[in-house]
Amino acid sequence: MPTLHTVNKSPFERSALISALNHLRPGDALLMLEDGVVGARQGSAFASLFASAAKGCSVYVLGPDLAARGMGEKDLIQGAELVDYGGFVDLVTSHDRTQAWL
Amino acid sequence: MKLGILVNEGPYTHQASDTAYQFTKAALEKGHEIFRVFFYNDGVNNGTRLTVPPQDDRNLQKAWSELAEKHKLDLVVCIAAAQRRGVLDEGEAKRHGKDANNIAPGFRISGLGQLVEAGIVADRLVVFGD
Amino acid sequence: MADVEAPQIDTSVKKKFMFINRKAPYGTIYALEALEVVLISAAFEQDVSLAFLDDGVYQLLKGQNTTGIGMKNFSPTYRALGDYAVKKVYVEKESLEERGLKAEDLMEINFEDEDDDFKEKPLIDIVGRSELTEIMAQQDVLLNF
Repeated sequence: MPTLHTVNKSPFERSALISALNHLRPGDALLMLEDGVVGARQGSAFASLFASAAKGCSVYVLGPDLAARGMGEKDLIQGAELVDYGGFVDLVTSHDRTQAWL
Repeated sequence: MKLGILVNEGPYTHQASDTAYQFTKAALEKGHEIFRVFFYNDGVNNGTRLTVPPQDDRNLQKAWSELAEKHKLDLVVCIAAAQRRGVLDEGEAKRHGKDANNIAPGFRISGLGQLVEAGIVADRLVVFGD
Repeated sequence: MADVEAPQIDTSVKKKFMFINRKAPYGTIYALEALEVVLISAAFEQDVSLAFLDDGVYQLLKGQNTTGIGMKNFSPTYRALGDYAVKKVYVEKESLEERGLKAEDLMEINFEDEDDDFKEKPLIDIVGRSELTEIMAQQDVLLNF
């Protein structure tokens, strides 16, 4: 019964990423999009959270939003996977529900 | 799959409407059915035909209208949220004594029940907000 | 008013709807407009529950006085949730504690249990974060505003 969690705001602006990480179950997926991609940058103050909080979960980043903000795959925390909008659709359909952490 | 889309923000100020549009387009390209796109909160502002955005950037309202026409999408603007924010169709304008209406082609005004219905009928409901 | 269409749905379908509230009231309209969806959902005979976490717990605080800000105090509407076929109102324990709030700070929301002689019972269930996570994972539709 896995859930797809989406986070569209930067963790420096909003606590949504923290709240999402606090409500993950093993097997869930987390997708960062829009300004939320900022939270997936390696070396940021939030990068270390993922190792423990996202254990057993898949972490995705919406590629077009990352590129728009001047970043690429090489800038991501380890283990995060890039998806495009088609991949976003696939994540929605392959999970039982989507929780938007706004 | 049948997908329901909820758009809670207006055009331009937040990326929500853009993301919802790109998602909806991608879903259609993958052969999914979009049961309904429901516009709530400031999302109703996507449904006004009076926008004049700069020519060198995307026209979100037109984009939604054209996508709706091409794929026969049901774009629903919540009546309560629309009344609050001044998005009216001809009937609403007459009913409330307003001297104009502004609903964009391809959008229709209806009740919140349409959102609940989308949640019931669609296999997945995806929320785009702030 | 615009047409109130009869829902074209299979009335035997009963889904678990959860409305998730994470924002304080009045600073934005999300608390109010989310509540308006909850009230409408009563007509559809689905399994509806509400979750209040993060700053959303402030929506349920008693003693809201909005005269100074010139906005309508819509908090009395929460007290009527029991009349709108809402099954449960979950409030996250950690969200309260992080904000220095206690159960006694919340308004009383009751419902009449038709399976128990219409006895008045509390609708609010204060649950821990991990329990709420499990409850959310059982829902069919998660609505966020």
